[in-house]
Amino acid sequence: MAAKILEKKQLSENVFKMVFDAKRIARKRKPGQFIVLRIHEEGERIPLTIADADPEKGTLTIIYQVVGKSTTHLSTLEVGDEILDLVGPLGQPTHVEKIGTVACIGGGVGVAPVYPITQAMHEAGNHVISIIGARDKSLIILEDDMKAVSDEIVVTTDDGSYGFHGFVSQALEENYLKKGQKIDLVVAIGPVPMMRAVCATTEKYNVPTLVSLNAIMVDATGMCGACRVTVGGKTKFVCVDGPEFDGHQVDFKELVERQCTYLDHEKTCMDHYCTCNREKGVM
Amino acid sequence: MEMKERMKIPRHSMPEQEPKVRAKNFDEVPLGYTPEMAMEEALRCIQCKNKPCTNGCPVEIDIPAFIALVAEGDFLGAAKKIKETNALPAICGRVCPQESQCEALCVRGKKGEPVAIGRLERFVADYERSHGEVAIPEIAASTGKKIAIVGSGPAGLTVAGDLIKLGHEVTIFEALHKPGGVLVYGIPEFRLPKAIVQSEVDYLIRMGVKVETSNVIGRVATVDELFEEGYDAIFLGTGAGAPSFMKIPGENLNGVYSANEYLTRSNLMKAYRFPEYDTPIVRGKNVAVIGGGNVAMDSARTALRLGADNVYLVYRRSRKEMPARVEEVHHAEEEGVQLNLLTTPFKYIGDDKGWLKSMECLRMELGEPDDSGRRRPVPIEGSEFTWEVDTVVVAIGSGANPLVQSTTPGLDTTKWNNIVADEESGKTSREGVYAGGDIVTGAATVILAMGAGRKAARAIHEYVMSK
Repeated sequence: MAAKILEKKQLSENVFKMVFDAKRIARKRKPGQFIVLRIHEEGERIPLTIADADPEKGTLTIIYQVVGKSTTHLSTLEVGDEILDLVGPLGQPTHVEKIGTVACIGGGVGVAPVYPITQAMHEAGNHVISIIGARDKSLIILEDDMKAVSDEIVVTTDDGSYGFHGFVSQALEENYLKKGQKIDLVVAIGPVPMMRAVCATTEKYNVPTLVSLNAIMVDATGMCGACRVTVGGKTKFVCVDGPEFDGHQVDFKELVERQCTYLDHEKTCMDHYCTCNREKGVM
Repeated sequence: MEMKERMKIPRHSMPEQEPKVRAKNFDEVPLGYTPEMAMEEALRCIQCKNKPCTNGCPVEIDIPAFIALVAEGDFLGAAKKIKETNALPAICGRVCPQESQCEALCVRGKKGEPVAIGRLERFVADYERSHGEVAIPEIAASTGKKIAIVGSGPAGLTVAGDLIKLGHEVTIFEALHKPGGVLVYGIPEFRLPKAIVQSEVDYLIRMGVKVETSNVIGRVATVDELFEEGYDAIFLGTGAGAPSFMKIPGENLNGVYSANEYLTRSNLMKAYRFPEYDTPIVRGKNVAVIGGGNVAMDSARTALRLGADNVYLVYRRSRKEMPARVEEVHHAEEEGVQLNLLTTPFKYIGDDKGWLKSMECLRMELGEPDDSGRRRPVPIEGSEFTWEVDTVVVAIGSGANPLVQSTTPGLDTTKWNNIVADEESGKTSREGVYAGGDIVTGAATVILAMGAGRKAARAIHEYVMSK
């Protein structure tokens, strides 16, 4: 199903927000779920988490980081343009209930998928501590949105240019866990090294931790198994069994290796894209 | 022509691309009959009264009748005749196992070779397609009934074609971005060109069928929500879309694919045309395909075309037990696929970056027959050996995708999560919900799914008209 771009905003150097007209998906999606989109006939199917939705207006918000050819191409589209396919909502929604204190942690563009979960955890009556971080101040996204749905918020930067100087995992440990603050659940989404670090920290303090994995996918409906990941010694499909899993059980090493499968191809694809655009006089 | 002379005509083989040439391209392998060949082949049919061939056809095509029209040179008339009961002849003519269906029962096959029914069906459908607009059959007056079909594979397309002709409003919901199901994601271009699938779907659309791609039922809407939207009946034809793995060490290494993923990347996403198309695929040099069915053959032949130096087909039983069509095995071997029978991997070994480097295998021997009636493969003790491969495609079957079942309360399923449906009507445990094809039977053939679709369409028609 084709979908029209209704809004576009650049949130940081490489991060864009896009709002799509997608009535059916907007009505059904729940926090934690994702969509798959395909820009054009020759395009690949790329999974992206849903950052927000308005069921009344029938709109769906996606926030993505430009990393390869498809996201680069997507970032060149403007309001009014259409993408060829938008399918979703996919994956299991986050299990949301009142359990006490929940720490919602987002790293880099990972703040985008953590935002709807934070919103839902807050609405369910949990005491929500949000910790969002990035390399430097310019890369922090959704600070105000997160603040609005959190009881406490900590912003971290790796270089100390803003807020807590250090990683989100360090902020979690030093500001809360070390001080004996009881946290009932941690939800952490971001780059694998960040999720890994958070899980290593929470394991020490025995705090249940959910992570949302961005494995390589093709159909994203459980048909191909490209997104398989080992959790607690068992093979799971991120697209239908996840994307959220018990972070203490995830084989992150395997996940990283599998994410690297097509690194060479990605470069070839990007070079091809640039060459084509140069020939067309676009770049 | 006298019967005596007709009996003397030998079965016409179909011209094909040379094995060495075709193993390097994705163009269709068989080239099809010429009109002359088709007319002569049609004369081989002796037009016997009790037409056993028709009994062998899951969609009950009046085979002698269409062949008689071919013999007269009335190819468009023959196409119309087939389409009375089969909306997808260009597909069936290519992928049906005729040797175990219509042709197996052909009287001419008793003393010699059966009439090449499949090749004639294919010829007729191709002739019609390449000679102007395909005629639309008569559509009954609108009944005002709405039918939802979940899945656009062979079962769903058949149900759609049958029900639209009866005057119902028909909408197909397809999870992927292109309609056709296994016909587009599974069966390779060289065996079933995608333009043919598209033209069969276009034919249904011209008859009035609506096709909603990129709609995952169970997620964007449940079966109950479809009823709330006003559908009077729902057909579930979601296929066998969950890949099976062997659950052996190293199966998640880079370079190990399920056949579903390998074929979906190549066929649906056109990874064989990377980087013109964005989706990549690992082009291994030494590729092992595990399994002995048609999907394994498709995977092995795809690997050759992607430029592998060696493609090994690794199957745990012997040639006799291979579930693949004889023709497919023959084509694969002709092209250079190396069969390694009575062999099974038990472990994959990777390098320090998680890439497949080799597999450890065991030689097998055949023991007593198992539940399937085939002799059970038993490992030979001490036969372990290491085999250097950089790509493995696991083609050992696929199970039921649980998305619809798990979101439809009251829908009975088997312990393998297949939907329980009546064989004659496709009726499920839920009123107004029908099912057919691989989601009911487990992975089978295109034509069996179409046969189930035909029966379900009849039952759905009766059901909605009695409401």
